[in-house]
Formats: sequence, structure tokens, C-alpha cells
Amino acid sequence: MSGHSFPILPTGHLLAIEGLEPPHITALLDLAESYALLNRQGKTQRDLLKGRTLINLFFEDSTRTRTSFELAGKRLGADIVNMSVSTSSVNKGETLLDTAATLNAMNTDLLVIRHAQSGAPALLAQKVDAAVINAGDGMHEHPTQALLDALTIRRHKGRLEGLVVAICGDITHSRVARSNIHLLSAMGARLRVIGPPTLIPAECARLGVEVHHDMRAGLDGADVVMMLRLQRERMNAGLVPSPREFFRFFGLDAAKLRAAKPDAIVMHPGPMNRGIEIDSAVADDPQRSVIGEQVEMGVAVRMAVLDVLARDLRRNA
Amino acid sequence: MTPLLITNARLLDPASGLDAPGALLVRDGRIASLTGAPAEGAQVLDAGGAVLCPGLVDMRAAIGEPGAEHRETIASAAAAAAAGGITTLAMLPDTDPALDDPALVEFVIRRGEATASLTICPYAAATKGCAGKELSEYGLLREAGAVAFTDGRRAIGSARTMRLSLSYARVFGAMVVQHPEEPSLAGLGAATEGELATRLGLPGIPAAAEAIMVARDIALARLTGGHVHFAHVSTGAALDLIRAAKAEGLRVTCDTAPPYFDLNETAIGDFRSYAKLSPPLRREADRLAVVAALADGTIDAIASDHQPRDADDKRLPFAQAEAGGAGLATLLGVTLARVHAGDLSLRDALALLTCRPAALLGLEAGRLAEGAPADLCLFAPERAWQVKAGALPGKAQNSPFDGRALEGRVIATFKAGRRVFG
Repeated sequence: MSGHSFPILPTGHLLAIEGLEPPHITALLDLAESYALLNRQGKTQRDLLKGRTLINLFFEDSTRTRTSFELAGKRLGADIVNMSVSTSSVNKGETLLDTAATLNAMNTDLLVIRHAQSGAPALLAQKVDAAVINAGDGMHEHPTQALLDALTIRRHKGRLEGLVVAICGDITHSRVARSNIHLLSAMGARLRVIGPPTLIPAECARLGVEVHHDMRAGLDGADVVMMLRLQRERMNAGLVPSPREFFRFFGLDAAKLRAAKPDAIVMHPGPMNRGIEIDSAVADDPQRSVIGEQVEMGVAVRMAVLDVLARDLRRNA
Repeated sequence: MTPLLITNARLLDPASGLDAPGALLVRDGRIASLTGAPAEGAQVLDAGGAVLCPGLVDMRAAIGEPGAEHRETIASAAAAAAAGGITTLAMLPDTDPALDDPALVEFVIRRGEATASLTICPYAAATKGCAGKELSEYGLLREAGAVAFTDGRRAIGSARTMRLSLSYARVFGAMVVQHPEEPSLAGLGAATEGELATRLGLPGIPAAAEAIMVARDIALARLTGGHVHFAHVSTGAALDLIRAAKAEGLRVTCDTAPPYFDLNETAIGDFRSYAKLSPPLRREADRLAVVAALADGTIDAIASDHQPRDADDKRLPFAQAEAGGAGLATLLGVTLARVHAGDLSLRDALALLTCRPAALLGLEAGRLAEGAPADLCLFAPERAWQVKAGALPGKAQNSPFDGRALEGRVIATFKAGRRVFG
């Protein structure tokens, strides 16, 4: 499809955004853009991954991401197996490497993994021959989410460079935030994070972002407002006193959104907690919310990633 | 046993200040002479100019026995210790069961004697089961041979328990060794809090967790007159507090371990669980502060902080992997790296590995003196080697120094005059 002279994912895996260079990111987004177009035209490329086995290995529950990878694989013609391993049955991660050995014996080509522990996909990548795609690991990274977010932004704003992007909420525990920070700052956007100090990780500014604790100041002049999901267990851990206090100061509603640019878009990786981090009126506003389009771009981005990694498999075969 | 004359050695005894070429005569397991006088019928060993110093005294090492023999046994630890020039080792009591009973302390001492290469001086549990609640029987445990009291890898978290421990241990002339880390701040943290942990998405432990516990326990030492010893100190903030407490005249001492003056947090790189330690590796400024505190005498000893782990403990996602590194075989080599770098004199470095820890533990070991047991370490300070996990002596292969090139290697180790390594 695209004639790049360099390998787009030089490690043969997609474990993290950190470390990817802008030309690699642009190439992935361009390819995803073309898949988005094909998807809208209802065209498929069922020969591209024909005979390839893709395993979705999910150690954490996920409907959206797993389905998205499944659709992407199917549209490219891969054989797909979904394996869900309930976290409760995982005995201190031992099954991770046991599973790796099993998957290796089955000659898996592409392995999509989600795990509650940071670094689990990297560990797996050392032990399997398959190309490993990180579908979210602990508080570390969620690379395909950042790619689909960037594609969605680019389609609306025509560029990434120079945009002011505000990421709001629980930054500490968010792999989505980390991947987006790495990707968007590599592409020249200006990043801000907004949240209470209890949910901003240590030395966050050293990741190249402005840190704000006040929504209006943080959203001032923003082109993109990215909300994050607040997990209930953060409240149990005492990091947030109550949902109503969080919503009052850090939830996105129409009044706070007025600080952003008039044409600012609102994003959320889903699933949303309406009335906690985002008001339904904003989430459902067709003029502002691009949440539905994020889901659509998710499939296109995952097709692009699978395509690129499968090319490497062909090269090495 | 035939007398042994080690000739052509650089005799180095940090306790007496002896540092001169010479010969040492061993007779009946003891040092008979340091004068180089020829001995009739003695077996002669030409040291080739290598350094002959007291066998090293490692004041902090965990061994898997009893309870975790798949990680390390007293016999396998003794083999690793001998290869590292260590002839006396203070063993942590947080075994399974914990060493909170005089019979267990005696058992461990006997198991050490059975190796015939390593004297094991057990710590006893500061609290029953190392659970941090009730004091164990300090008097009876001392009589059984315990050198001091500690809960090992666990901090004594309650200030009241620590106060009682320091007061009570004082009566029996023993120090209380603390793992200085405020438990509620450490939580389930896996790395030092900061930019790197943030990037890797790992739960962090603020470096201040160490200084907070050190500050509290210094206040308790002042209150009780007890002797608190901080193990594996790793931050500049804690060392500043200890330096000030010493200047005040309090009974406060500390040790550190090679990872804290040789590595910084970047060793955990892309989730390298073999560099996951407790306390976690720190930032470079803290490493430099540890080096400075070694040089100015604030740190009293260097211990291996040996924590044997097997592959199943380590081949896990980083936050789930067990903390701890193997350290017996690399204790001398990594310490000598500070000598080669010009941070420490050879004599001061060896004092931190011999007479100074021996004095803290109230042991006779760690000196070259006529009449003393012939526990000796012969090493070539310039000889190069590379640390290779998988090829280390002993069972535990979980070295955080895997791949590290070192200068300074043990040639031979002697226990009571008998060659036990080399």
C-alpha cells in the first residue's frame, strides 16, 4: 500500500509509543487513514493476513479493544482466536510465561495482549516468536489507543503539530495518558495534563507536559480535550474524596469546556463514567464529541498495525 | 595439619593499619606469625604479590534455609561466600520459620559449622515471627548465639515496638537492625518514585520513605539510649540524618550494599526484574551521596545484602517479581570498583568489609593478628572478570550486576587455615 523504505516498526513488535520516531508514527497514521477510507467504502483486504494466526490474549476484561482487534484481523483475513484469562485465576503471573510457551508451540503469528501489569507484553515478547502488540499494560502504555486518538485528531484538525491538547483526570494510573503524551509530543503538539495532585504521577512535567490542577486554566485555548476514565478503586484508595467532589472540580461540563477553543473537540477512550469525569450533555454533543469516531478509527489503526507487523513476518520468513 | 607459609603477599590488615609486603604463617588453624620468619616443614604458597587480607565479614545476607531451600541452602551459600572471600556471615532471621527461638539460632550456627568454610552468625528476629508485634526472647536468643536483632526485609513499622526493642536490646548489649522504609509510604511500590517509574507505569516508593524511618528511629535511639543500625542505606537524605546523629553522639550506625553505590535506577531499564531490589535502586544523586558517605566514614560497613531468588521469582512482570539480588560472589569486586575509581583507599574499602562490620557485631573476626583464627582472603586487585548470571557460585543466580566487568578477583579463601576456595 505505502512504499516506505524503512521498517515502520523496527522491533517487530508494538510494545510502546515511547521510542517511536515521528516518521514511523506518520507512516502508521497514513496507512490507517487509507484503511479508514476502505472501511467506509465497505471494501476488505481479506488476502493480506490469509493463513496468519492472530491471538487476542486478554488478562483484563475488555470488550471494546478486543472486539476492535478482532474486527481488524478479520477484515485482513487472519484466523483469530480469543483467549480471556480471568485475572483472578492468574497465579502471580505464572500463567503468563506458561501461556507464552503454549502459544509458541501453536505457531502464533500475531499476539495481542492486555495485562494488568506494566511490562507484561515486553516480557512476553522476549519469550515468543510472534509479533507482540500491546493492547494495554498496567499503567504503562496503550499504543493503539494513542494512534487512534492521533488519527481522530488529525482528521478533525488537519495536523498534530502546534495543537494544544489537554488530558484530564487520573493521569497516574492511565496508560492512555502516557501513550498519548509520548505520541503527541513527538509530533509537536503542546501537552497539558489536568487533575488533582493525588492523580498526577511524580515528575510528570519531565515527560514534556504542563501540569495543571485547575480545569479552566488547563483548558484555556485548548484544541483538544481528552478525558480519562476514573476507576472506582481510586476512590477506595483515598485518592479522591468522592465522585461529586471530583465531578465538581475535574469533571468536564459545558461551563468548563467554554475555556477551550470554540472548535475544540472532546475525546474519551471509553467506557465513560457519565456524571463523574464527563457530563452527558458534553459527551453526546455532536458538535464537540468525537468519541464515536475514535471507536471507528480504532479498527483502522489496528488494521494498519497488523498489516505492518505482518509485512515484517513476511520479510523474516 | 602441616603449617602453611603464604609468601610474597601484600599483607593488608585495616584494623592495625598493616600494609606491607611479607609472609604469613598459619599453624593449627591460627595465624602464627606475620613476620615472615621461615618455618620448618611448612607448605609454602607463593601469593605472587596478591593482597592477603582478613576473610571478609558480611554483615547482612539472607539464606533460603530453613524454608526456601530451592533458592539457597546454607551449604550453597557457603560455596558462594568462599568464592567471594567471605568467611563470616551474619544471616537474616526472616526465614521460614523465622529465627525467633533459641533452638533455631543454635541450629543455624551448627549448620554453618558443618560447612567448615563459613561461620554463620545469625541475627534473631526482633519480633516473634518477624511480624512486627511482640518482642522475641532477646536474652535467651543472645545466649544461644544471636549477634543482634532485626526483622530482616521488613521494617519494624510501629514506633512503639521499635522503642521497646531498642530499650530491651540495650540490656543484652545488642543493636537493633532496621530496614529503613516507612511501610505505609512504600506500599506495593516497585521502583523509586520519579520520572523513570512514571514512564514505566510502575508504582513508586518515594525516596523520602527511607529518611522518614531513619528520622523516627534516630529520635527513638535518643529516647532509649539504644543502638539502632540502619541496613542498606541508599539515599543522601537518610545519610545526612545519620551523619548528624553520629555527630550528636547517638548510638546510630549503618551499612550499605554494592548495588547502592554501583548502580542507579536506570538499571531497571525496560522492566529488568533482576535489578528489582529492596530498597529500590535510586537516582544518580543518591548513588553519589552513598559513595561520599563511604568515603567520609558515615557508612560503617558494606554488606552483600544477598537475597537469593530463583527464576520463577524473577521472570514475572516487574511489579510482581520478587525484590532482591544475589551478592556474595560480587561483594569484593564491586567494592573494589570504588577503589579503582579513586573514591576509597584500598585500606578503607577493606575495613568496611572486615574489621568495621566485625566490631558492630562484636566479633573477633576480621583482623590479621597473631593468634587469631586464620580466616583469610587472597585476591588480585587488578584481575579482570565479568559477572555472568548462570555461572555464579552457589545456587542464587539473580545478580543485578549481570554482565558487569569487574577488576579484582578472589584467588583463594582460607577458613581456620584450610583452603576452602581457589
